[in-house]
Amino acid sequence: MQGKAVVEVENLRKSYGSIVAVDSVSFQVNQGEIFGMVGPNGAGKTTTIECIEGLRQPDGGAIRVLGLEPRRDAHALRPLTGVQLQESALHDRLRVWEALDLFASFYPRVGAWDHLLERLGLAEVRNIHFAKLSGGQKQRLFVALALVNDPDLVFLDELTTGLDPQARRGVWELIADIRNRGKTVFLTTHFMEEAERLCDRVAILDHGRIVALDSPEALVRGLGRGVRVVFAADPGLDLQPLRSLPSVTHVEVIGDRVVVSGREDRLVVDVVNALSAVGCRFRDLRTEQPTLEDVFLSLTGRAMRE
Amino acid sequence: MKGFLKLTWVELKLFLREPMLGLFTFLFPLMMLFVFGGVYGNKPNDFFGGYGMVDVSVPAWAGLIIANTGFLSLAVSVATYRERGVLRRFRLTPIRPLAILVAQVAVLLLMTACGMALLVIAAKLVFALQLRGNLVSIAGGFVLGSLSIFAIGFLLAGIVSTARAAQTIGMVLFFPMIFLSGSTIPLEAIKGAVRAVAEALPLTYVVMLLRGLWLGDPWSQHLTEVAVLGGVLLIGASLSSWLFRWE
Repeated sequence: MQGKAVVEVENLRKSYGSIVAVDSVSFQVNQGEIFGMVGPNGAGKTTTIECIEGLRQPDGGAIRVLGLEPRRDAHALRPLTGVQLQESALHDRLRVWEALDLFASFYPRVGAWDHLLERLGLAEVRNIHFAKLSGGQKQRLFVALALVNDPDLVFLDELTTGLDPQARRGVWELIADIRNRGKTVFLTTHFMEEAERLCDRVAILDHGRIVALDSPEALVRGLGRGVRVVFAADPGLDLQPLRSLPSVTHVEVIGDRVVVSGREDRLVVDVVNALSAVGCRFRDLRTEQPTLEDVFLSLTGRAMRE
Repeated sequence: MKGFLKLTWVELKLFLREPMLGLFTFLFPLMMLFVFGGVYGNKPNDFFGGYGMVDVSVPAWAGLIIANTGFLSLAVSVATYRERGVLRRFRLTPIRPLAILVAQVAVLLLMTACGMALLVIAAKLVFALQLRGNLVSIAGGFVLGSLSIFAIGFLLAGIVSTARAAQTIGMVLFFPMIFLSGSTIPLEAIKGAVRAVAEALPLTYVVMLLRGLWLGDPWSQHLTEVAVLGGVLLIGASLSSWLFRWE
């Protein structure tokens, strides 16, 4: 899985006036991975990705993309990369198929793009003017335009913003397929579930700094919080048998819910067995695992959504 | 090259999908023709040196068509592309900025020429328009005049930051120029201090050059116009390429 570095960033800094947007950020993206940059709005994700794309001039630091310098070697890089910007537009009266046809004509190496219309659910609006598309359709069109040259490296800035859950899953599958064909994907998202489902590695950004960088699983495991089992039970349940289980670290009652925290795989089996042994009737039993959201909370002391 | 040709073709289709642009480029000059031609006819008279009103006005109305595409269509469409982030998206593809600009110019030049051709054909059929000049010369003058006005349009698009500002300033340039340059009111009727203002407007030189070439003057009689328009083109093009911004 670990390929060579296709994006290398060292001590990237960028300020707008007195506001520091990106503050000494360093990381690398390896070939064949989906690398995600997550964080709340204003964390510096878009500034970072746009410096790497060559759209913005960094104040300091070094960036190499596919071995090239994004601003100086822009023309050599363009055919090899695909970009979906967070905010973008086309001429109001340009039809969907014309947009793909036009962008395809800009590249020396380009394949058929009809399959992109199919995969992104745009086939039925191929003759529709840009201005008449819904927000989600525009978003998917820009994803299609980012992929029209079959790039080695794709930048996607907030790729599923404005998509309904079904369309979002479709886009995730498409992005995973691209990675599985050996391409590299660099995306930003403020949507933690997306990072968790899609990314091989995630950099968590807050106030322009990387506060954590690892695979989503490793980040969650690093919390050391284990698993929780939550269920509803009749009042007056004796909690002592649960507390004495070796896999249980903590039991608390919140309203009519019982929350049992513990370690790893044995917990669910142990809790269910213990409850059955005392003849307790429990309802709505479910397990809860910490998410990237919890990782962010524990690293920054704030929730992602504010 | 493939990208440039495709972009030009797409821009052409987009121009034709914009009803307002077609209205001003194709119908407004015809309206001028039928209103003024209907009122004054095209009888030869001394005021116009032995030609009719339509004979001298048709080449002058070219200034109207050129000013419309240059100050309004071109400046607004380039400013809109930049303001909405279309240029920013283009920047991330291999297409060169020059190709984007040349595609715009090619389409607007073609549309301006079509507007002019339509006007000439209608004037010929309805008012027996006279044409003394050489068609190649006239076409050359038309292209020179168009490009120099387009260069001002590009400069305007480079200076302003929004499409709305481009439109407002475009109008501010457009209206005085079409009234004072001889594009609507004949130059013979503009006198005194107003004439001095008229002679400071680039569009006036387009009108003088085209009227002259239309009636068969040799280029040597219009070196001033050629120098002014060539200078405007050169300065406008270099300034606007220096001022060009993607976003």
